[in-house]
Amino acid sequence: MRLEIKDLHVSILDDQSKEILKGLSLTVNTGEMHAIMGPNGNGKSTLAATIMGNPKYVVTSGEILLDGKNLLKMSVDERSRAGIFLAMQNPMEISGVTNADFIKSAMQTRLSEGEHVPLFKFIKALDKSVADLKMNPDLPQRYINEGFSGGEKKRNEILQMKMLKPHFAILDEIDSGLDVDALKIVGENINNMASPDFGSIVITHYQRLLDYIDVSHVHILMDGKIVRSGGKELITKIDQDGYDWLKLELGLEDMEEPKKAVLGVCGAKKTK
Amino acid sequence: MSNHDEVKSIIGDYKYGFKTNAATVASTGKGLTLDVVKEISRLKGEPDWMLEYRIKAYNEFISRPLPNFGPDLSFIDYDDYTYYIKSSKDVASKWEDVPEEIKDTFDKIGIPEAERKFLAGVSTQFESEAVYHSTIQELEEKGVLFCDTDTAVKKYPEIVKEYFGKVVPYTDNKYAALNTAVWSGGSFIYIPKGVVLEKPLQSYFRINSEKMGQFERSLIIVEEGASVHYVEGCTAPIYSKDSLHAAVVEIYIKDNGYCRYSTIQNWSNNIINLVTKRALCLKGAMMEWIDGNIGSMLNMKYPACILAGEGAKGNCVSIAFAGSGQYQDAGAKMIHLASNTSSTIISKSICKSGGVVNYRGTVKHAKNALNCKSSIQCDTIILDDISRSDTIPTNIVQNNTSRIEHEATVSKISEDQLFYLMSRGIKKNDAMQMIVMGFIEPFAKELPMEYAVELNQLIKLEMEDAIG
Repeated sequence: MRLEIKDLHVSILDDQSKEILKGLSLTVNTGEMHAIMGPNGNGKSTLAATIMGNPKYVVTSGEILLDGKNLLKMSVDERSRAGIFLAMQNPMEISGVTNADFIKSAMQTRLSEGEHVPLFKFIKALDKSVADLKMNPDLPQRYINEGFSGGEKKRNEILQMKMLKPHFAILDEIDSGLDVDALKIVGENINNMASPDFGSIVITHYQRLLDYIDVSHVHILMDGKIVRSGGKELITKIDQDGYDWLKLELGLEDMEEPKKAVLGVCGAKKTK
Repeated sequence: MSNHDEVKSIIGDYKYGFKTNAATVASTGKGLTLDVVKEISRLKGEPDWMLEYRIKAYNEFISRPLPNFGPDLSFIDYDDYTYYIKSSKDVASKWEDVPEEIKDTFDKIGIPEAERKFLAGVSTQFESEAVYHSTIQELEEKGVLFCDTDTAVKKYPEIVKEYFGKVVPYTDNKYAALNTAVWSGGSFIYIPKGVVLEKPLQSYFRINSEKMGQFERSLIIVEEGASVHYVEGCTAPIYSKDSLHAAVVEIYIKDNGYCRYSTIQNWSNNIINLVTKRALCLKGAMMEWIDGNIGSMLNMKYPACILAGEGAKGNCVSIAFAGSGQYQDAGAKMIHLASNTSSTIISKSICKSGGVVNYRGTVKHAKNALNCKSSIQCDTIILDDISRSDTIPTNIVQNNTSRIEHEATVSKISEDQLFYLMSRGIKKNDAMQMIVMGFIEPFAKELPMEYAVELNQLIKLEMEDAIG
């Protein structure tokens, strides 16, 4: 399968004057593992959220195609069932719904009417995945992400990926909040997903996760665009020299969002 | 309009909206007068003391003003209801003897299965009298009494006379007075000293006649150190006119006794449901109300615990769901009259499509009730912009050693939670249902399995038109 992103322009729903992705293009095939690196605030997470269909972002032009089909026309759940998976940076807590029920319901959506997730097989597979990720065995019966540590939440995302077996997984800063041991476990589990039916986009601004994941392609995202693509040698280069050389080369000043000083606005401004 | 929509617009979407043509054996006709009260007592062949009690209650009812809180009840025309209908002559002792029509209705609800599965006994109220009642060997051997309250008046008059109206006197409120005047049916349970019932006792109630009011009167007595879990289920068919329901449940728990009373009230959405439920807990006794309010047009229900003995405990876990045209005014009352008593209230409210759902509760620690503890948690989800919810707590502490904690939240379903669930392939409707089911999980987990399953189905049905 192929995931194609063509000249994608994206703004935030609440502030459409602000363009975050400014003509981003990227093609990922199953069987490939892509890393997207870049300084914070340049649109990496926006890309991830847009592929999944987060309603907080608006695509103003460009397209995303999944095997030639228009992904942007699909609802969030349709995208998931078509094989897209997003491991989120801040997974939500949902009280009263157990992880096991949630994952089983998600698997059920992939079956046709009249078919059911075989219970015994499901429990076995879930227990195995929990063990693979060295998670607490009581995890299936706990409520979704409720009371989870940052690291547990991230592992829970990988657990869901393992159970749902997507064609394309986008991992949005899955390494943040993980200690070195957890990083290794998560990295290995992502690596083990590698197959001709699985492609991934690993988003990170640290290099350390990529020590554990065998990526085939590396891209640098700056100022809303892919500015460099290459192989693993790019990781080493960034590791040694950071991003400043690229900024210079591209004539970009400072990618970090300049802090605006706003006068006359009360501190109690309502935010969503 | 599709066929489905057309059918829906005529009968509504109430799941149990079917009606059987059960034969009426006796009826007092429309309206409420002193003669009607006397006639009910005569038809039942009651002893004089009960008739006298009914008459006193009737006088109280007609002289008492409407409640000064909650929804407006002034529209109720009491002469527009039938207060007593009897649909089969005798109380059937075996399932086989139950008339076919009535059986058919029960089959649709699934009572026989429920009984086979794990229930210790079934006492089913159809119309105003119990028509089917069975208690298994185990109950009889332990000396447990479980029957409809009418039968109890005849078979165990001393016990009924001793406790009837003690926890909820007819002077308590207008609708307790109404119930006492015209009551019919309901469950009577007596658990002897030290008897612990492992399995829940169960009863289904059902109104089946247009414009018929139902006034069950339940009385549960738990002797010292005894324990019981009683499960009451309510469903009703659809009517073209309003129907009035005013039940009274009285529970008397002696020292170190335990009682749990679980209900999912699912009356059809034209029923006015005005219920008084109260438990008196003596020393070390514990009462738990598990109270679901999904149906009815207008519902006022505040299960109460009077913690009268040292160390008594009261819990109430409740949910209320108000959809289009529904007004749920529900909550709990915990009255601490003795020291070292504790209580917990967990209330979960959901409203949508213009429904109104209120939490109304009272927690009182009396002057001489020292070192008492209460915690109250009220959470509400409002599913759209046209629905309404209020939290109206009354918390009173009259001494310096007791403590009440009150926590309340009101929220909408979060976009982020929806996105998270949908990003795993779950459809928007199902994702909303999942969040709502999670929200009421603290209630659902307290229910017996099959009830939890039914609750799940009911919430799904209620949620179906929640998403525009």
